Amino acid sequence: MPKWFMPFAGLTAVMFAASPFVIASVRYESTMGLVQKIFYYHMPSASMFLLSAVVCGLASARYLFKGSPRQDRLAYAAAELTVLFGAITLVTGPLWARKAWGVWWTWDVRLTASLMGWMVAWAYLLVRKYGGPGSDKLAAGLALFGMANVPFVYISVNYWRTIHPKTSVVPTLPADMGMALWFSFVCFLMLFTLLLRLRVRLEEQRAKLDALYLSLDE
Amino acid sequence: MRVAVLLALLFTTPLIAPAFAAGSTGFGVAGQQQQPEPPKPTDEFVPISQLPAQDQLPAAPLLVTAYAFVWLALFGYLVSVSRRLSKVQREVERLESDIAKGTRT
Repeated sequence: MPKWFMPFAGLTAVMFAASPFVIASVRYESTMGLVQKIFYYHMPSASMFLLSAVVCGLASARYLFKGSPRQDRLAYAAAELTVLFGAITLVTGPLWARKAWGVWWTWDVRLTASLMGWMVAWAYLLVRKYGGPGSDKLAAGLALFGMANVPFVYISVNYWRTIHPKTSVVPTLPADMGMALWFSFVCFLMLFTLLLRLRVRLEEQRAKLDALYLSLDE
Repeated sequence: MRVAVLLALLFTTPLIAPAFAAGSTGFGVAGQQQQPEPPKPTDEFVPISQLPAQDQLPAAPLLVTAYAFVWLALFGYLVSVSRRLSKVQREVERLESDIAKGTRT
């Protein structure tokens, strides 16, 4: 692993451990009260969900058009993180919605598009695992659709009638709430970077293992 | 996994502790009240914050579940990747040593 990895991991762990205390120190939102504090983990995890789908899509595009195995490994790692952060988003969102909206789920454009993006990432992983020879390129094609879904998810709240908060909410937050949100966002971004590097390392080692087995067979 | 559960509980406690102190979570509210009167019928909108306590959904369990899920999911994934990585690395080292010896087991 690179030299920066362990100090960076330590810093991320400390910041993550501090994040609930930072969030607890912020005032309650006036209409939703305590449950609104889910927002400080929900929004950053949703951002990482979309970011990992974009990383997966871009790396897949480069793999499809340039054939770089390094990009394929990056796409595979990012697809797994899309599933992870998507699961967090799709679980924390309904827990908040149950209190704020009175329902666990509604077939709102943003929720539905997010669910579709998450299912595309699952499809990518399933194709890679069970698709047999050539599945890497098929999965890369799927990742392009997953990436195309990302702007749709982002702008959906501004273009369609929805009960989900709009993207304009974040810039209008009071200073203390905004500070807690961006602290949490940085924590998630650092964690995303660490997990992506670790997962890419796993793919590198698997590639090395395959090469070793091939060299033994020759 | 026990460590993960303990961590999740540990780090969600500061979030709900102030609410417990203020008595705004809804935990234990029903038990403290004595036979509330049935609500009067209404034909107009009533803000959720003005509903009787027994009709309000407590926020703390939802918040704790959300934070615990995030911590468990992230910790579980980290453990999963670390275990897979160490397994592959052990196999790589074994094969490299086999190749160096000129044998295959």
